[in-house]
Amino acid sequence: MEAPKQFQIDLGNLMAFDSHHLFPSLPSSREELVKECLQKGTELVQAIADTLFNLSSTEDLDGPLVKLPPPTTKLPRSKHLPKPKPPTKWEEFAKKRGIKNRKKDKIVYDEQTGTWKRRHGYDRVDDDNDVPIIEAKMTDVPGEDPFAKRQADKKKRVEKQEKNRFQNLKEASKVGALPSHVQLAARALPITGTQAAPKKVSKEELGSVAGMAATATASGGKFDKKLPGEKPARREGKFRKFLPVAEGSGMGSQERLQTQEVLNKLISKNSHEILNVNKAVNMYNGKKEKKWRNQQGKSSLSTSSKLKPNKKPLKKPFKKGSSNKGSSKGGKST
Amino acid sequence: MMNIKTPKKGRVRRELEKRAPKLVENGKKTLILQGIKTSSVLNAVLTQIYHLKRDSAVRYTRKNENIRPFESGGETSLEFFSLKTDCSLFVFGSHSKKRPDNLIMGRTYDHHIYDLVEVGVENFKTTESFTYDRKLAPKVGSKPFFAFIGEGFESVEELKHLKEVLLDLFRGEVVENLNLAGLDRAYICTAVSSNRVYFTHCALRLKKSGKIVPRMELVEVGPSMDLVVRRHRLPNDDLRKEAMKTAREQPKKKVKNVSEDAVQGKIGKIYIPDQQVGDMALPNKAKGVKRERREAKNKKGANEHISKKLKEDSNNAG
Repeated sequence: MEAPKQFQIDLGNLMAFDSHHLFPSLPSSREELVKECLQKGTELVQAIADTLFNLSSTEDLDGPLVKLPPPTTKLPRSKHLPKPKPPTKWEEFAKKRGIKNRKKDKIVYDEQTGTWKRRHGYDRVDDDNDVPIIEAKMTDVPGEDPFAKRQADKKKRVEKQEKNRFQNLKEASKVGALPSHVQLAARALPITGTQAAPKKVSKEELGSVAGMAATATASGGKFDKKLPGEKPARREGKFRKFLPVAEGSGMGSQERLQTQEVLNKLISKNSHEILNVNKAVNMYNGKKEKKWRNQQGKSSLSTSSKLKPNKKPLKKPFKKGSSNKGSSKGGKST
Repeated sequence: MMNIKTPKKGRVRRELEKRAPKLVENGKKTLILQGIKTSSVLNAVLTQIYHLKRDSAVRYTRKNENIRPFESGGETSLEFFSLKTDCSLFVFGSHSKKRPDNLIMGRTYDHHIYDLVEVGVENFKTTESFTYDRKLAPKVGSKPFFAFIGEGFESVEELKHLKEVLLDLFRGEVVENLNLAGLDRAYICTAVSSNRVYFTHCALRLKKSGKIVPRMELVEVGPSMDLVVRRHRLPNDDLRKEAMKTAREQPKKKVKNVSEDAVQGKIGKIYIPDQQVGDMALPNKAKGVKRERREAKNKKGANEHISKKLKEDSNNAG
């Protein structure tokens, strides 16, 4: 039997470690093993309890309270140590100049009303809305509204303070000492001039970007290096669709459609016409019809055909007097 | 262009402050989850561990197919979960032909994997299979005793690591004051061989002995299993050094309303609120108080209790 002193006891963790125990041979059966383990366990726990109960205890409602020593086994932290905040620009300046922070009173005497008002908040001293008279100074420019000037000055001061605060937070985040409740987030760029609003990329689009890039390679992105944790591509390798072996050759047959598509592509590649004739004709006819309809509507209202506007008013402005132009343009022949 | 974002709700702010890195940390939380395939044994193991650590554990029941802690790419999901639930310990169960009833216990540092131990579970016995007097059942959240038996825990690298991880998993909160009446559980780990540990959970029975120290008796209650160490990954040296860094002793908090004076020594200020003499309750029920109460009651039912009033008149006169 070893003396209890040979156990390593960590009281802060209520742990005891017997490093000298050796199983000479594996115990014959499971029950033997369990029994021996429990026996040894009881010894160890008893040893801890001996030390524990001999500590000075204070009586409490539920039972005796003991002050535990800090644990001796070192275990790793779960988060890094908090980094100290770097001093803000004002703090550095104040330290350099030796400016001490003076405590300000919450209630201040208001000269104007002759009462004690609070410094900030509702019904405060020197509120912008409450000043009735601002005395003119020698430095004042005539024609300038001093009340508006006060408000504009305050706004500028607030903006400056916001900018400084932001700079201080950026400095802190560089070191890694950003306060826990603050997050610096990138703001969306404002739309300036002809720049279109940047479209928000959806989750599906992002997921298919890798697939789209994969089509650039001959093997369809099969051998591309993947980032850790990247999901495998939805379609592996080159995607080829083959026509069914047995099918009719009627109007809707796939083979016919396929060959038609190929032919169209080839022909359009080699033809030098930029114009799609059918489409152009349809557009022209449509416009013509529309104008006819408008003309019909207007003819019921107007009196003289000569005063009718030109067919192409954009090109040459209509002059009432000049009959030359009116006749040469091929307008409505009477 | 950057924006400063601060939470609009106080609850969010308080939660963020709870999760921020601190000098003295909160208790570690455990994340219990499983892989693609689990066996019935493994399910039971995971639920029992969750019950042992009820308040400080989070149990995920879905199957996670892309978590492979020992592979370089398979830990991103785990780290994400650890970040979301603020858990720095995890127990990941999976079952395969090559590694049946596999448990991977690991720790994270700054929500990145710090170290891992992979054990196989054998000869598992649930809490229900043990017969014991139900009054002994340990309460949830009580601080346990630990007993590590066997020189394997000191000589074998893997067992040393396992010892550290088991201690971290089951030790509970680090407290300064301990109530001796609330000690009711113990974890016993015995190194049976160089890669096998017999782990069991017992309840404590304190018996009267002649001295101050009671006699301890262990009764096996909880889950008991054989842990066979399969693989393990120790942390890098520099990561380990950083994680083991302890903060210097915190400067003592300033005690309010106490000041030191050279002439008089230690002076304290006591602020007493104004006494409201009229509203205070009298300690003895004086006769006058009783009379007042009776009169007030009579005023309510004045029409009916004329006789009593007469009596009081005589009392008043006397």
